[in-house]
Amino acid sequence: MTLLQAKRNRPVRILEIPDDRARAQCVRFGIGEGTVVDSAEALASGPVLVRHRNQEICLGRGLACRILVEEDPSDTRGRSGDGDATAEAARGRFRGWRRRGHSR
Amino acid sequence: MSGGSNSHSCHGSQVVQAPPGARKIVLAGNPNVGKSLFFNAFTGLYVDVSNFPGTTVTISSGVMGDDVVIDTPGVYGVSSFNEEEMVARDIIAEADIVVNVVDAVHLERDLFLTQQLIDMALPLVVALNMVDEAEARGVSVDAVALAERLGVPVVPTIAVERKGFDRVRATLDEAVPGISDPVLQDRLLSLLDRVGTKAEALLVLEGDPYVAERHGVEPLGMRDEIYMDRRRRVNDIVARVVSQRDRSLDLRTRLGHALLRPLTGIPVLLVVLWLMYEVIGVLVAQTIVGFTEGVVMQGYVEPALRAAAAAVVGTGVIFELIAGEFGVVTLTITYVLGLLLPLVVGFYLMLSVLEDSGYLPRIAALTDRLMTAIGLNGRAIIPIILGFGCITMATITTRILGNERERKIATALMAFAIPCSAQLGVIVALLAAAGGLGITIAYATIMFLVFGLIGLALSRYLPGSSTDLLIDLPPLRLPRPMNVLTKTYHKTVMFLREVVLYFAAGALLLATLQLTGALEAAQVALAPLTETWLNLPRETATAFIMGFVRRDFGAAGLYDLGLGGAATLVSLVTITLFVPCIASVLVIMKERGRAFTVFTWVGSVVLAFLVGGIVARVLVLAGVV
Repeated sequence: MTLLQAKRNRPVRILEIPDDRARAQCVRFGIGEGTVVDSAEALASGPVLVRHRNQEICLGRGLACRILVEEDPSDTRGRSGDGDATAEAARGRFRGWRRRGHSR
Repeated sequence: MSGGSNSHSCHGSQVVQAPPGARKIVLAGNPNVGKSLFFNAFTGLYVDVSNFPGTTVTISSGVMGDDVVIDTPGVYGVSSFNEEEMVARDIIAEADIVVNVVDAVHLERDLFLTQQLIDMALPLVVALNMVDEAEARGVSVDAVALAERLGVPVVPTIAVERKGFDRVRATLDEAVPGISDPVLQDRLLSLLDRVGTKAEALLVLEGDPYVAERHGVEPLGMRDEIYMDRRRRVNDIVARVVSQRDRSLDLRTRLGHALLRPLTGIPVLLVVLWLMYEVIGVLVAQTIVGFTEGVVMQGYVEPALRAAAAAVVGTGVIFELIAGEFGVVTLTITYVLGLLLPLVVGFYLMLSVLEDSGYLPRIAALTDRLMTAIGLNGRAIIPIILGFGCITMATITTRILGNERERKIATALMAFAIPCSAQLGVIVALLAAAGGLGITIAYATIMFLVFGLIGLALSRYLPGSSTDLLIDLPPLRLPRPMNVLTKTYHKTVMFLREVVLYFAAGALLLATLQLTGALEAAQVALAPLTETWLNLPRETATAFIMGFVRRDFGAAGLYDLGLGGAATLVSLVTITLFVPCIASVLVIMKERGRAFTVFTWVGSVVLAFLVGGIVARVLVLAGVV
């Protein structure tokens, strides 16, 4: 799938950034091909917001739909595919709680 | 944008010359990490400091002891992706010592440039800045371990509190090339006989076409390989020296996200605009200007000046030139100090708060989709917003845009449709007096439509395509009052310095035209345009003649005419779209070339009267007049 299609606020692994300059610029920002970013969110105002560590990057829609990504294999949320929003939200809350409880 | 000794660099050529024996100390770093604060502290000269990437687009240099200090535009890496990078590239490559300022919160990003500078074999000192903010966000950096890993001195600093500057200065003599990759260094050595320095050899190896051409060699396309390897080295260092307690989203980050989402972001933007209207349009334009212009100038200063002039020169032609209706002294003082000064101060205060808060890049993301429709991307909103401060400066800031096509569109949009602070101040004052919020919204809607149409037309007919948005968002910060005041002060002084001369010359021109009867003749000659086409009194011709000098001067000329609501709207739309001021024309000529300047200048006169006339017709048809 493309970065534009990535599920909201889930970690994704960047597979391919076809544009030369964008690829170089992303590597400078800390995101290369193979990097698992913390989350991606397609904003209704156009760009896709990518969070990686303390870094927040906005990529234009045209660019985001050329970047290939996959779900992060280590991310266990949302893999059941049942689409139950309540369960989804509960899992999200649980993860948030767990994160805060455990310092890395 | 900068004071003191300031040299503008054209097309990446090197312009900063150091006297013999002096070392070139170059400040380098990512955008928005505080380089300019170091420059201010080292040289005592002032350059602008803001919380968004791209504040420094010109090169400033100053003296520290026996050495020369040079500030560079912020870059994420050294190469030739855009004009900022090309300017920074050549200055960094020729540095004797590089002071690399890094943001402790974003080391993963910033150390990429650091490692590149080390790979270029430049003597380096790293200023680890914003350690306080990092601490507050739960990030701690082991500076000693970082220095060990990089092989260069690392000095923790808090630039906004002026902490650590002395230690950085004291460490300059210890600057050394750091620990690079041995395989990479071997490759650079093999290039040295053809390309003078390791710094330039690295750029050739990374495929920089400009540096390669300079040395008559082919650029080598190894960028991907070198970048990925450097990224691995940086990640390895970060993993060892940075520890983070908590990665959950803090309130500030969540607030930042809310500003990006249209559902919450657009209402916030509207509230911000409304607040600006209340402060500038109501508080400053009516209450304060009412006092400074109405009471102080008209009531005391002008009569006193007239009496003084009459006592010295009597009541002849000379008196009229000095203190008559368009007297050089009276008109200049009343307009500049009574009318424009409070408005400009108010505007720059608001703009400075916006700049320092980190809100501007978020507006860029919020407007990205709209801007894409007119051949730009969201980043172009930054020069456009700065254009509301000063078109001349904002035209230089278009250098941050991705390609020449985008720079042309943005420059034309500003030259045509964006009123600068002084003009906007007078416009808001007139709108508020003529009918308040309703007519203000009508004016804003018309200008927004014209802006969009110009953008659509340019985007359609200019060849090429535009680049995609790719920006990093700085953290939201509470603006520091001292920085806001300093910046407002410097911008206001610059404005006054520039404007007084133009206003005096404009007043002299008008007074001469009036005394020779040419002004009345021009009003009669232009009557078909003003009276018939625009439905305005023929005296408004004076304002348009003033508009050729500066648009704010023209708008100020409308101030005393006492126009009604409809006439105010028509005349303001016309004067807003009128020719850019002489200073902007000179900068547009330098940045975009002669043909483009002629196009915007002639185009703006035609467009101003065309749109003004259409608005006048629509008002008649709608039964308003």
